[in-house]
Amino acid sequence: MSARETILKRLRERADGPLSAPESDFAVATNRGWSVEERLARFERLISSVHGEVLHLERDDWTQGLAQLLADKGVRHLALGKEHPVAVDARRALADSGIEMVDVDRDIEAWQREQFEQVDAGLTSTRGGIAETGSLWLWPTSDEPRLISLVPSIHIAVLDADALEDTFFDVVEAHGWAERMPTNALLISGPSKTADIEQTLAYGVHGPRELVVLVRHAGAPAGEKA
Amino acid sequence: MSVQTPGVYTYSPREFHRQAHDALGNPQIRANFRKAMDGLMTKRRDSFGDWDLEALRELGANIRLRALAKLPDLLEQLEANCKANGIRVHWAEDGDQACRIIREICQSHDARSVVKGKSMVSEEMHLNAHLEEVGIEALESDLGEYLVQLNEQTPSHIIMPAIHLNTDEISEILHDKTGIERSRDVDYMTAAARSQLRERFMAADVGVSGVNFAVAETGSLCLVENEGNGRMTTTVPPVHVAVTGIEKVVEHLRDVPPLYSLLTRSATGQHVTTYFNMISSPRKAGEHDGPKEVHLVLVDNGRSNIYQDDELLDTLRCIRCGACMNHCPVYTRVGGHTYGTTYPGPIGSILSPHLMGLEETKDLPTASSLCGACGEVCPVKIPIPDLLVRLRRESVGEGRGNVPGAGVKRTRKEAAAWKGFQWLATHPAIWRSGTAVAGKLKVLAPSRLGVWTEYRSAPKPAGTTLHALVKRHQASKAHEEER
Ligand code: SF4
Repeated sequence: MSARETILKRLRERADGPLSAPESDFAVATNRGWSVEERLARFERLISSVHGEVLHLERDDWTQGLAQLLADKGVRHLALGKEHPVAVDARRALADSGIEMVDVDRDIEAWQREQFEQVDAGLTSTRGGIAETGSLWLWPTSDEPRLISLVPSIHIAVLDADALEDTFFDVVEAHGWAERMPTNALLISGPSKTADIEQTLAYGVHGPRELVVLVRHAGAPAGEKA
Repeated sequence: MSVQTPGVYTYSPREFHRQAHDALGNPQIRANFRKAMDGLMTKRRDSFGDWDLEALRELGANIRLRALAKLPDLLEQLEANCKANGIRVHWAEDGDQACRIIREICQSHDARSVVKGKSMVSEEMHLNAHLEEVGIEALESDLGEYLVQLNEQTPSHIIMPAIHLNTDEISEILHDKTGIERSRDVDYMTAAARSQLRERFMAADVGVSGVNFAVAETGSLCLVENEGNGRMTTTVPPVHVAVTGIEKVVEHLRDVPPLYSLLTRSATGQHVTTYFNMISSPRKAGEHDGPKEVHLVLVDNGRSNIYQDDELLDTLRCIRCGACMNHCPVYTRVGGHTYGTTYPGPIGSILSPHLMGLEETKDLPTASSLCGACGEVCPVKIPIPDLLVRLRRESVGEGRGNVPGAGVKRTRKEAAAWKGFQWLATHPAIWRSGTAVAGKLKVLAPSRLGVWTEYRSAPKPAGTTLHALVKRHQASKAHEEER
């Protein structure tokens, strides 16, 4: 008998007899009922508490904010996609900025060391965010692969304010994740961190040292003006 | 206890008492754990502040129970969905089989270098040693695990592997083993480890990770982490091998968010971790990164035996958050290594006997004052104290006898003594004459009674029994009233 058969047989022929499965009540995981403002405030408070930065920008000229940010951080080499509207906008706006735009639509085998050693920042879109935990929802694609939110020292993520939802449970349910899981689904809630040296927090242990969330607002941003 | 290098011991659960004695005499160890555990307890409490914790624990327990109730079906469903997604699934009855499977995957790729994300199951089956025997280097990439590996130790906590080390000790280890400057600057040390490990990620042939939850409905493997080494391990090398105990499966994707909430808050008091990484397939055509091959190794190693018994079954609900050890007064004082097992603390004491047998681990179920703190904080409501008592009964042969090594602590003398006591206590006339004789012969009572008299004086039978005293008292009272 194979290991598989042996294990399954032992589980099926359980000495104390079959078990009955209880029903689950998920009420505690949903129904927060937050307003748009409450969601945004909560998202910002939580992601800031773990060292994430949030910038509020107007959707129409968000790339100005991006250009300013890149200048402030001294970014010379920015990895980004080509097809997603976020990447298209950014490429157009940065064309004359002197910043090198690093193409990511190449198999990693061809440029692994370049990505690890020469790229300062990665720019990605997001599919949404979670107010309860201050999390970004990313499904990497061939246009925006997995490693550009992980390898460069700075990760810049673009989030639309109206794409914030209350809880992880709500996102999974509302968007039918179970029917269409991608190769890799990610929640990102801050820069990489560790507390393994005597409980002292340190950032950027393996992944980005900095996470900047550019929150795009349809009208004038609530709170500070961009 | 065999000494490997000065100051580094091989710990064994057989030596629990001696190791506990040594740890208690080490003020550094006690201070390191006390400080860390106090911080973790406060953080956990604060992180649940605005939650209906009881409702959430109820849901967590219930999700895990439902998964266990359907376990064989869910494992088959997980396998079918993983396969449909392109993930290869392997089954292992024990740790050796699992090691062999992983070794063969490595060898089929001529792998020389394996990089590992945190995986307690791989510790449980001693994967690193197994791979090293055939010339494959296995490097831990979680910072805590990396430090512990550099120091030729094993983790002392399931969530924070290097919690027994303080900043100075870590500085010394990194200086000694990797040649960087001695420094108390945590950012400097972290940055050094980052660049050392990045080279290794790029060079690794295979990445080995654990799994926090495996979702049957979608064939997805979920990994919870803060550092990003888990994402590196599962994305950079061309081959990814995920290894997990068979109990880690859950039925639906919607079961995951509540368990994730419970896990991060219970473990470290975080409302969320930096990364929640869900892997459902190898790199697809047109995608530019990620491993081209993903394997899942499902390990039994004693779990299907635990599964047979209605009471012991609760052990398998565990989501490995470590809260029980953070709140355990014994763990906090003796530290993780003292247990001599992969899983220390209360969860270790109820799990290790099944993995290693009670012959090896008979002292662990007694390493508890049964204060109940572990059961109270457990996010999936495992009645840990009840299970400790059950294993104590099993170890003296008073249980069902279905735990490996059951009855190991049963001595004929002790069993006969209790039997005799039972007989005496139910025969009053003989009991009375017996206690009277004991009182007369008290000079013959031993003054040393093993460990009991190390810190206490030996009990002496009273010259007159309580029974006789009361009788005398009543008689004199009656006499007084008469007058
Ligand atoms: S037994 Fe409970 S508290 Fe202990 S590690 Fe497992 S889930 Fe956490």
